[in-house]
Amino acid sequence: MKNWIDRQKNIIDFTLSSLFRRKGKNIALVSVFTLVVLLLSSVMFFTYSFRKEASIIMEDAPEMVVQRTVAGRHEMIPVSYIKIIQDIAGVQEVKARLWGYYYDPVTGANFTLMVSDEFPLEDGTITVGEGVSRVRLIYEGDWVEFKAYNGEIFELEVVDFLSVESGLVSSDIILITENDFRRLFGTTEEYATDLILRVRNPREITTVAIKVAELLPDTRQILREELLRTYDAVFNWRGGLLIVILTGSLLAFIIFAWDKASGLSADERREIGILKAIGWETSDIILMKFWEGLVVSLSSFLMGIILGYIHVFFIRSALFQPVLKGWAVLYPHFNLTPFINGAQVASLFFLTVVPFTVATIIPSWRAAIIDPDTVMR
Amino acid sequence: MIKLKDVRKTFNSGKPNEFVAVEKLSLSLDAEKTTVLMGPSGSGKTTLLSLIGCMARPTSGRIWLSGKEITSLPERFLTELRRTTFGFVFQHLNLIKGITALENTMLPSYPLGEKHAALKKRGMELFTRFGIASKANEKTESLSGGEAQRVAIVRALMNNPSVIIADEPTAHLDTRLSGELLEIFSRLKDEGRTLLISSHDPMVCQSVLVDRVINIRDGKIEEERS
Amino acid sequence: MRRTNFFFIYITVCFSLFILIFLHASIRRSREKSALYAKREMVHKFHLTDLCLFTEANYTRHLSQADLHTPFQDAPSSLEHFPSGGIVAPPEIIRRINEKLD
Repeated sequence: MKNWIDRQKNIIDFTLSSLFRRKGKNIALVSVFTLVVLLLSSVMFFTYSFRKEASIIMEDAPEMVVQRTVAGRHEMIPVSYIKIIQDIAGVQEVKARLWGYYYDPVTGANFTLMVSDEFPLEDGTITVGEGVSRVRLIYEGDWVEFKAYNGEIFELEVVDFLSVESGLVSSDIILITENDFRRLFGTTEEYATDLILRVRNPREITTVAIKVAELLPDTRQILREELLRTYDAVFNWRGGLLIVILTGSLLAFIIFAWDKASGLSADERREIGILKAIGWETSDIILMKFWEGLVVSLSSFLMGIILGYIHVFFIRSALFQPVLKGWAVLYPHFNLTPFINGAQVASLFFLTVVPFTVATIIPSWRAAIIDPDTVMR
Repeated sequence: MIKLKDVRKTFNSGKPNEFVAVEKLSLSLDAEKTTVLMGPSGSGKTTLLSLIGCMARPTSGRIWLSGKEITSLPERFLTELRRTTFGFVFQHLNLIKGITALENTMLPSYPLGEKHAALKKRGMELFTRFGIASKANEKTESLSGGEAQRVAIVRALMNNPSVIIADEPTAHLDTRLSGELLEIFSRLKDEGRTLLISSHDPMVCQSVLVDRVINIRDGKIEEERS
Repeated sequence: MRRTNFFFIYITVCFSLFILIFLHASIRRSREKSALYAKREMVHKFHLTDLCLFTEANYTRHLSQADLHTPFQDAPSSLEHFPSGGIVAPPEIIRRINEKLD
């Protein structure tokens, strides 16, 4: 056993000297490999954590949202529909939701305005999320101007702020009273944005949804389950961002592996010949190449994963921000809670370290089986 | 000690550039003797050295080492033999660039799993013995011709082989260094090692340490002198 | 120091950091548990249906509530033109009903 360990250490010694002799090329290789792993692991950490966090946070979302659609477009729903839905067996509670979007011409940001009976406010006052405060540079006691549907300008006073930690759900939210909401958007009391439902028995939700659809054919029902699945699939591989990053990384990786597998340089071939001539067996050469592949790929993998983790959970995915922000003016400040899927990390290991190591061994095998006497010539 | 019978080596067999390097050659080499293979370029000296030193297999014929036939030994055993029985000093030395002289000499023993410290110690002892201890940690590129030659010899001696094979060892050396090299070979012979040298340098062929000179031409033995 | 030893130290450090990642994640998860539940509480309190990630358009801001019409509302042959629309898939309800039209 000790012999075996010393043998490995000796061969690693020579492997490392071999790598350092081609410093420039190998540093470039390790850098690019690390970058590929950094990107892939960042995507992996970000999407998994986001989906996990979403699944936890949205667990208490409304069981069902009833939306009215006209010609495929979401329209205001008559409040009178509440009575119809309430009479359906199994329905525990129906409420109207008032919410909408306000485009702020000063900043170019879109805010979500919401009415909530759980949050006590007086007419003329608002509570804002951290993103609104940040983008609009507004603080407690400030007055914010709004332009109503009819051109009327009126001001509302900021009396409170939603917590910074809740940025992921509330960054762009402005809580407003019902009166102010209707005054701003010109909606009458007969209408609400949509309705939310709670049922007595969660297992009957689909049955209730079907009944609502039958009674109110101009509505569609969005179940909590569908909501959760939407967020579960939000960064799936078919999404644009993932496809681009995965394809780019995969191509970069294939280029390395191809470069490695396509053959050895004359120098490397000569070196293998010398080693064979001085008494190294084919298996020793293969072992050396195995260590060469493993040293490069394992170092890059570990560095890439560590950097990917730091990137996502310490510097808030700074590299992805421009992509995720898109044209939005308001981008929430949030620190994802780290959830790591061990299976994904293991997959990344097997998809990067193993193929690269194999790709390093393959061309050497052909060189390693040559007769050492070619070195004599 | 080493016996060859009707050994033939063909390169590129079956192809238009087929070439017979060694033609039905039979030879016997005694232990602890110094033999020189003499002949012009392309005469088959290097090929013969490879065959004897287990670096190549004959196309036909048989080879024995210390009474055991090695002709069709599997590669593993041939490599083992090559490592333990033979020490090679190549014509172009074949030192690996970019690593130190000492590391070059330790290389043959790396796969054997010997402790690094023990290898280093053995290497340094040999370096001291051949007067190049100060060059141990220098890269091979910075060594002079004579120093590099000694490093190659140390490498050949690392596994304490009983047979030293040297291919044109004085090819890149001046007269003084050639003389020093022959002194080293003489010392090795005194230690009881068998030396097999290929050369067309008269200084080597006429040296007092040489017991036998074999002339080779076109892959065949032309003449032998003791 | 021997090259191999240097490499082993380097790999041990990297591997330790790698393990530390899992530990750190675990510690942070327990530390942020209350913050997570506070967000969940807020979702419940305000009857929220979506996370605030893509605020550039209404159908990207409220992913789960998006209708089929809005992304293409500018013109009959209008294509998706918001960057985040290219990142996220349409909501489950739309995909379920309309995917077969592909």
